[in-house]
Amino acid sequence: MSTRRVSISVAALALTLGTGAAFAESPDLGRPIDPADIAPWDISIMPDGTGLPPGGGTPAQGERIFAQKCAMCHGEGGKGGVAAAVVGGGPLDRIEAVKSIANFWGYPTTVFDFIRRAMPWQQPRSLTNDEVYALTAYIFAQNKLIGQDDSMNSDTLPKVRMPNRDGFIIRFPDRI
Amino acid sequence: MEPDAKQGWDGVQAVAGNGLLHRRAFLKSGAAVAGAMMGYSFVRPATAEPLAEEPWSLGVGGLSRPYQQPSRFEEKVGRTLSNPNGEPRTSHARTPHHLVNGTITPNGLHFSIVHSGVPDIDPDRHRLVIHGLVKRPLVFTLDSLSRYPMVSRFSFVECGGNSAPMFSREPIQASVQALHGLASCAEWTGVRLSTLLDETGIDPKAKWIVAEGADSLALSRSVPVKKALDDAMIALYQNGERLMPGNGYPMRLLLPGYEGNMNVKFLRRLKLVEAPAMSYYESRTYSQLLPNGKAFRFYFLQEVKSFITQPSPGLAMRGPGFYEISGIAYSGNGRISKVMVSADGGKSWGEAALQAPVLSKAFTRFRMPWRWDGGPAILQSRAWDESGNVQPTRAQFVAERGETKNIPPVLGFPNQHYNSLTSWAIDARGEVKHVYA
Repeated sequence: MSTRRVSISVAALALTLGTGAAFAESPDLGRPIDPADIAPWDISIMPDGTGLPPGGGTPAQGERIFAQKCAMCHGEGGKGGVAAAVVGGGPLDRIEAVKSIANFWGYPTTVFDFIRRAMPWQQPRSLTNDEVYALTAYIFAQNKLIGQDDSMNSDTLPKVRMPNRDGFIIRFPDRI
Repeated sequence: MEPDAKQGWDGVQAVAGNGLLHRRAFLKSGAAVAGAMMGYSFVRPATAEPLAEEPWSLGVGGLSRPYQQPSRFEEKVGRTLSNPNGEPRTSHARTPHHLVNGTITPNGLHFSIVHSGVPDIDPDRHRLVIHGLVKRPLVFTLDSLSRYPMVSRFSFVECGGNSAPMFSREPIQASVQALHGLASCAEWTGVRLSTLLDETGIDPKAKWIVAEGADSLALSRSVPVKKALDDAMIALYQNGERLMPGNGYPMRLLLPGYEGNMNVKFLRRLKLVEAPAMSYYESRTYSQLLPNGKAFRFYFLQEVKSFITQPSPGLAMRGPGFYEISGIAYSGNGRISKVMVSADGGKSWGEAALQAPVLSKAFTRFRMPWRWDGGPAILQSRAWDESGNVQPTRAQFVAERGETKNIPPVLGFPNQHYNSLTSWAIDARGEVKHVYA
């Protein structure tokens, strides 16, 4: 972007905000960026599904990927290994109960978001979106949150009902 | 030195049971303090040995180094590591509170938690982008941020899981470092987040900011815009030097008084949004189960807390006589207003001296003179903050938050946000143990 275009956009913004004086005093050393150029980093998935990419996957597809890329840490079938189990979970009957996807997590989008941003441990952000959908579908199906033939995509995934969705109390509402 | 008898007697007035002395013993003249110490000595110390020259006084010393390190005699002063070999799990490094003093944690001893190792970030290539519900998205470099007007403030950072072993139904025998070592305090210098948000502009619909790090997990937390505009900072310096790698180099989000995990390290992205992202760390890890099976969400605040660092387990008592009871107090709600200390397990309390300056959302050092008679004692501290909050007793705390059914491992995290009292029992041999009282 040329210097001239930058100065024009700043002037236009100052006009629309009516804060020309404030801008004059501000260091203004950040560089404007086109939202499309932020996309590689813009990976947050919101609980309503905002941010979910195109694509999709099934539990059967996910099972194969899980065996290849996940089971060495999370155990065969996701039952737990050196890393936490992603399938199963006991009752929340003690303050130290293990918090699992099935017994605790409030939103299905968190599962997709965390797999895509952080997994596999040694190669984060190496999975395709279809692979992330498939792994999410596999984990949900293993936890009986969806059927074995249900496909996960940007439409179906946010609608998965997590058993503990209403199990939370906002600690300090006045701080939000 | 011969103490002034009258002044010395003033200085050593007992204020509570089992030998607690008036805090002003320390504020009086040196003679009064000497009086406090001598007036209560049971046995006159044996005569000192004759003085002699030592080798280091009779020869030229060593070289100065560009970045100096502590004396080789201080090698035991270090952080304890939960994952020294970097296995694929979280690594904790805990501050040795019992081996330091004052209120500022040296950078090398500041606690650190990393979930996938410490990233090796080239500061020239690091970027911070602010986008989402803003008038115009902006990208900042470390170099550009370094040209902004800066502010400095002292602030503690505490992991939400600090003191987690205290949820155990039986007291776990461990040092103050193991129990409370996931809290530290530094002077942080950087750019107010509100300054940068003034430049991006904020869409009125924005109520939350998703903060994300440049680590391999792209650790992500949702922070209310309310906090961002209050006292949040993009911290670039820690105690005068660039951030330590384990503390977020080259830049971190600093949210004074809020749960450590929200103070996102290696900060690379701030996205303004309408609703929280319900990220892994906020919707799972840092939600706290309650005895009824429900869980707290968005606890945020590190509430008023104190603990005694000296004496504490592992520090040997050297016979009856004078000791200073000392510790740290802090609150995410503001300044510490009062710390009370007990030497008899809470039957009687005396007010401790607070070391100036007492700063909001920072460690405050408290001190209490004590004459140990050599008998059993239980030391406790209890802090109040300027908003009127007080540390709950253990009974009050357990009634609300519960305790574990099984005894957890000392490095485990059975629950989070423990801010009740810590009790150290001293037996006749001078051994200090962790007890519930």
